Amino acid sequence: MRQEERDARNPAYTHIEEPDEPTAGHPTQRVWDMLGWTKKHLFSSIPNTIATLVCLYLLWLIIPPFLDWAFLSAIWSSDTPDACKVDGAGACWAFVEQKHRFILFGLYPFDEQWRPMTAVVLFIAALAASCYPPFWSKWLIPLWAVVLTVCGVLMYGGVFGMTYVDNTQWGGVPLTLILSVTGIGLAFPLAVLLALGRRSNLPAIKTICVTFIELIRGVPLISVLFMASIMFPLFMPEGVTVDKLLRAIVGIMLFTSAYLAEAIRGGLQSLPRGQYEAADSLGLSYWQKTRLIVLPQALRIVIPPLVNQFISTFKDTSLVIIIGLFDLLTSAKTALADPEWRQFYAESYIFAAILYFSFAFFMSRYSQFLERRLNAGTRR
Amino acid sequence: MSNGIEPTQTTVEPSVDAPKTPAMGEEVVIRLDNVNKWFGHFHVLKDINLDVRRGERVVVCGPSGSGKSTVIRCINRLEEHQQGDIIVNGVTLTNDVKAIEAIRKDVGMVFQSFNLFPHLTVLENLILGPIWVNKTPRKEAVDTAMYYLERVKIPEQASKYPGQLSGGQQQRVAIARSLCMKPSIMLFDEPTSALDPEMIKEVLDVMVELAQEGMTMICVTHEMGFARSVADTVVFMADGQIVEKNSPKELFANPQEERTRQFLSQIIQH
Amino acid sequence: MADHSSARGAPAAKGSAPPRKTSFLNDQRVRGVLYQILTIGAVVAVGWYLVHNTLTNLAARDIATGFGFLDREAGFDISESVIEYSPADTYGRVLLAGLLNTLKVSIIGIVLATLIGTIIGIARLSNNWLVAKLSSVYVEAMRNVPLLLQLFFWYAIIGVALPHPREALEPVEGWFLSNRGFRFPYPVWETGWTLAVIGLVLAAVITWWLNKRAARIQGETGRRPNVLIPGIALFIGLPVILWALGGAPTAIDVPEMAGFNFRGGASVSPEFAALLLGLTLYTAAFIAEIVRGGILSVHYGQTEAAVALGLKRGLVMRLVLLPQALRVIIPPLTSQYLNLTKNSSLAIAIGYPDLVATANTSINQTGQAVEGVAIIMATYLTVSLSISAFMNWYNSYIALRGGRS
Repeated sequence: MRQEERDARNPAYTHIEEPDEPTAGHPTQRVWDMLGWTKKHLFSSIPNTIATLVCLYLLWLIIPPFLDWAFLSAIWSSDTPDACKVDGAGACWAFVEQKHRFILFGLYPFDEQWRPMTAVVLFIAALAASCYPPFWSKWLIPLWAVVLTVCGVLMYGGVFGMTYVDNTQWGGVPLTLILSVTGIGLAFPLAVLLALGRRSNLPAIKTICVTFIELIRGVPLISVLFMASIMFPLFMPEGVTVDKLLRAIVGIMLFTSAYLAEAIRGGLQSLPRGQYEAADSLGLSYWQKTRLIVLPQALRIVIPPLVNQFISTFKDTSLVIIIGLFDLLTSAKTALADPEWRQFYAESYIFAAILYFSFAFFMSRYSQFLERRLNAGTRR
Repeated sequence: MSNGIEPTQTTVEPSVDAPKTPAMGEEVVIRLDNVNKWFGHFHVLKDINLDVRRGERVVVCGPSGSGKSTVIRCINRLEEHQQGDIIVNGVTLTNDVKAIEAIRKDVGMVFQSFNLFPHLTVLENLILGPIWVNKTPRKEAVDTAMYYLERVKIPEQASKYPGQLSGGQQQRVAIARSLCMKPSIMLFDEPTSALDPEMIKEVLDVMVELAQEGMTMICVTHEMGFARSVADTVVFMADGQIVEKNSPKELFANPQEERTRQFLSQIIQH
Repeated sequence: MADHSSARGAPAAKGSAPPRKTSFLNDQRVRGVLYQILTIGAVVAVGWYLVHNTLTNLAARDIATGFGFLDREAGFDISESVIEYSPADTYGRVLLAGLLNTLKVSIIGIVLATLIGTIIGIARLSNNWLVAKLSSVYVEAMRNVPLLLQLFFWYAIIGVALPHPREALEPVEGWFLSNRGFRFPYPVWETGWTLAVIGLVLAAVITWWLNKRAARIQGETGRRPNVLIPGIALFIGLPVILWALGGAPTAIDVPEMAGFNFRGGASVSPEFAALLLGLTLYTAAFIAEIVRGGILSVHYGQTEAAVALGLKRGLVMRLVLLPQALRVIIPPLTSQYLNLTKNSSLAIAIGYPDLVATANTSINQTGQAVEGVAIIMATYLTVSLSISAFMNWYNSYIALRGGRS
């Protein structure tokens, strides 16, 4: 095991393409040696030089026109689209200026939009705090309970003098966050049960879990959302209606749980058999063993894949547009329905893409950081 | 599987010479009666008969694959035997969960690969069983744990994680973890096989001390020095059978069976 | 499992008490069976409850259950189809047309995504700083933006940014780009072309056989006959000869403007183009990461060992690195192929008539929601299971050829 660890840190292993990199000596020289660096990394051989030139040419083709469009000739502010429609005008950021409230918060009553805004800020602050390993402790659970309650109160209103806002009016960024967080949060316990069930030695339980997991993983999310939105009403007894948001959450939850279950199963499998045996030999019962020994270790191993699954779910929530919910993508698309502004699709989609990207990119970097940290930590 | 016979083993002698006549009672605490076990079609245990009395120290040895680990793993039901009876402290091992629980509470086990819980500190490893299985109050469990950590001579490591300890220290923690459950029987499954030679002694010392206090022990080990100085009985197994069983003095000096002789000569030659 | 023991009592051994009797509920096996019965019972109960409610609701809404609607006339048109289809055809046929559209975009997408993904994956490991950086920018940008947003973007570019057919871009004579899609010249299909395709297949088979033969001869004599040159000759020669034998057809159908739209040539619809572009570029980013990971997973010592044996760079790649990397690459690659196929269902959002889109329209027209969703799920499940079965087979084939154990 120590050998593996050494291998993982060995630069020759992780960067196989640059085994001859000067390792010892003068770091300062490397920093200042621009010419040497350029030669080594860009012009070391004839094919290398050609590749560099091709890349530079491509960049020359793309970057200056893009910069011109996005910044130099862009129209940053205007009340009407006319300013953007003159010849030679670049990106019409005025569109975003005009529509950003709608894109961010959808159909939420305009004067009340400080509420979803506060909820999102609170939520992101809580998320940032939970991402910081020294803060990992038991009080994160009550913290989240409080944050989610406050977010819920802010969104619904109806108390403390805030007007009631039905969840059919929710939209934009808050809705996207609500769908991903509740989806994955509810999927998690189900996924743990499914993963344990799949490893059970009771054939009936194992079969049920395997069937569910493979069935869900074999079909597209859209079909699960369809099932939730079209068939859910049929499943309910007469007279009972389930609102659209809840249906979407249930669909996302079922879908995510199958993938999460597989990630967790990976963690369960990586636990050495000796851990189970040691727990057995102490006389722990199945549930004690699972709760005290197995899950704490298995879940720690699967944190990076869990974060990746969170990113997936976050991106997947954009599919709710198909069942008519008003998430960030829907509002970005609907903002374009205004015939005056219709041609500025690029600005609208780029704005939404930047929002999605910043969140997903941060989370994926975070997952990589966790992975390195876990590898560097205890022996596994 | 176990890695067979290592050349260094016979050279390690426990530092303390155990008294040869311990207070071994007449009461049979473990009885294996015609125990048979199969892995698929492979007959791992063939008609095993073995009585262990209270306070008896039994060493089980034999070539790798002879079924010696399987025997002791059957005693606390890590493996299920298919035929015959295993009776521990008057409780017959069946599928009855209560019986299994009762036996596991009373039988401690030490593994070749320590199997400490890496996500818990040493102290947490020690109090886990007492708190959750024996329902001991936490403070009492901590006191007991510290007592046994002193006994295995590493009280200062209580708040460290297993990954920060050496192999020998980990195995001593593992022994202490079993002792915290206040067992009346201890099973050792090749406790020194995964250790570097310089750490074997520190673990054997703890085991010898335990033996001197009259703990009932079954040890699967290749440490013949340990067997000679501590064991009341040495059991030699091969091919899933008990080939020979005798006091260490007799067995080493005067093996009755050809296979035992071969095995002993292989170990002692090196 | 044979059970020899459980019923036997303890022997009357001296010094041991008779076995403790506890409730039969404490028996491990009894408990196991009990847990299973309870679980199955719960699942069946929930299932029955849902089915019962569904049947009641359907009866209340006067919707007949069953797949009878598949034989009824669909009455709606779809914008493109691989097979002949008109609104007078049945629901069954429109769903089949949808499925074929799904398969079409998936198969082409898988091929293209694999090519692009492999190139970018290798580029990310390039010595060239610029190449490596550009590839990783591509990967990060694609992976972190929802596919559906990308699809909308591409579709909008084609629909809004490209000109009307009358002012279509014509980068090459006869090739037109407009907001109605992409039109290009296409040979008028005659026997000669069919024969040429057969020639290509034959060339592939013969080259494969030559390769086997070369390996055998190398085994016997130590010298490996050259396969590359005869292979290239076959791939060019055979189709050309067969094409000539088939009458050497040369007629090409060139698209031209007629009224407001084009006539003639072959076309790619904007929906298909956007979907294919989006799926390919998105999946390629994931495949690139898989390829990169696979190559990195081969220990550097392997290259050193192979070079120390005196193998040339190309051979090191072919004999040592590739077989090991492939074993790491193939399982996640399979799941990317499955993902691409499943993601093709996003077609519905931009109006490409795939299986989900046609099924959705059918559901809306007939109210047969349960059947419609069941058809979608069953079809995807079948496709998924077949792809993973094939990949499992291929994986074991690779493992046998190039693997330890």
